[in-house]
Amino acid sequence: MEYMVEVNNVYYSYRKHEQDKEHLALCGVNLKVKKGEFVVVIGHNGSGKSTLSKHINAIYLPKEGDIFVNGMNTRDISKLWEIRQTAGMVFQNPDNQIVATIVEEDVAFGPENMGIDPEEIKRRVDFALRSVKMEEYAKHAPHLLSGGQKQRVAIAGILAMKPKCIILDEPTAMLDPSGRKEVIDTIKKLNKEEGITIILITHFMEEAVDADRVVVMDDGKIVTEGTPREVFSKVELLKDLGLDVPQVTELAYELRKSGLNIRQDIITIDELVEELCRLR
Amino acid sequence: MPIKIKNLTFKYMTGTPFEKTALDNVSLEINDGEFIGLIGHTGSGKSTLIQHLNGLLKPTSGEIYIDDVCITAKGVDLKKIRQLVGLVFQYPEHQLFEETVYKDVAYGPRNLGLDEKEIEERVKKALEVVGINYEKYKDKSPFDLSGGQKRRVAIAGVLAMQPKVLILDEPTAGLDPKGRDEILYNIKRLHEEYKITVILVSHSMDDVAELADRLIVMYKGKNILQGTPKEVFKNVETLEKIGLAVPQVKYLVNSLNRKGFNINEDIITVSEARDAILKILRGEEK
Repeated sequence: MEYMVEVNNVYYSYRKHEQDKEHLALCGVNLKVKKGEFVVVIGHNGSGKSTLSKHINAIYLPKEGDIFVNGMNTRDISKLWEIRQTAGMVFQNPDNQIVATIVEEDVAFGPENMGIDPEEIKRRVDFALRSVKMEEYAKHAPHLLSGGQKQRVAIAGILAMKPKCIILDEPTAMLDPSGRKEVIDTIKKLNKEEGITIILITHFMEEAVDADRVVVMDDGKIVTEGTPREVFSKVELLKDLGLDVPQVTELAYELRKSGLNIRQDIITIDELVEELCRLR
Repeated sequence: MPIKIKNLTFKYMTGTPFEKTALDNVSLEINDGEFIGLIGHTGSGKSTLIQHLNGLLKPTSGEIYIDDVCITAKGVDLKKIRQLVGLVFQYPEHQLFEETVYKDVAYGPRNLGLDEKEIEERVKKALEVVGINYEKYKDKSPFDLSGGQKRRVAIAGVLAMQPKVLILDEPTAGLDPKGRDEILYNIKRLHEEYKITVILVSHSMDDVAELADRLIVMYKGKNILQGTPKEVFKNVETLEKIGLAVPQVKYLVNSLNRKGFNINEDIITVSEARDAILKILRGEEK
């Protein structure tokens, strides 16, 4: 099994009100995510990103098509718990995801519900809190933590269930720059060191730069995908879709438009510095 | 409507082991028609500060004057102050509650006791300012709108009070780039056309670099830095130390200068960087 997640020609629609027309939220989506891959999904609000992510741990089931998580079809009700344990989800607002009054108890909530032996739970909680660098706060009350810390506790709660894949739906939208960095660094580390497959939905293009692959959604479809370099070089397409590119990519694009002969696929500060030094 | 803040200190849970100083002797002046960017990491005191400006919180010590009226004195008419100082909270769309967009925006003016004609005019104008088509949306349920639209309707509800000072607490959090640009464009227009004072609380250094006349930086309840964005973003190390950042182009300019370019350190926006780089490279070509 080479793929962690396989989305095969998936359609999904819903009605907001009984009398409304069906709204087609996903419209023939195909996506294969390799084991250990770090995929970022971008797209404006309403493009279908969140709907897609909620299919991956069987919160929604496709109207047409199939989704496989580590080889298990999300339609197979007997595999539901195994699927949700394999693919854990982290949401935007950390306050909605914390259930206990002590950090370590919150992290233990998942494994406790799985009926795991207390000794093992203890080990998992320690490991999970260490992984997100929150071990010092094990005995603290979650509501007194910063946004970035709370979000890392939420990630630890997922980690304690030993998932193979973590899906994060705009986990940094409510955080300040340092909180955002803490969370993104944690995600990258889990991907590199623990080999956990990551699917990250975000509006911050800078967060996509280090991904293995960027997938762009619009109107329920995947409109383009590729390495961050390939995707961000399509500045005009992204702008048409109401998306951004990193500031340096935008600057490089503007410079090219003004007639400078520089590479089209610049996504980091160092690359642009190098190009400009070459032109000098 | 200048705002003067004098030695403002705010402590909560005083007299308990949990006592915390959220604002520590803050003194500030905000001039008429200024566009202020208020930045600082979570817990630095930004939200506590703005909640003092329309009387939602009472200082432990210190004073605030709005238009030379001391709003922290006893017996002050808070209703009047809240009409002059409009506060848009984080995620203001969570406060939408009426059946239609019209009724929701009209709620504030109606409570001011205005007549129906005046209310209608205000609603029209407020929706127009935030770029929501009055005829098309007035009878819709606010809950059927997109996230960005809901937020703009919520902001219109504050604008319909016709405040002289508009305070927005992270108005773009959670919006996509397009929704963000729309809101920021509306705020900018409002500031330029109606000359109202704007205080924008933001985590986006790029946005405040583009928009604000002056930045106020909060850290641990103190106002540790202030000045034009250009002045403030020169302090890269201090800002990073307190959990903030500077716009990405600023890092680029610093890197280029280390490699022997001689670009003005003031640069903080993409268009400024483009012009400066072109000038240097073309200047050298000649």
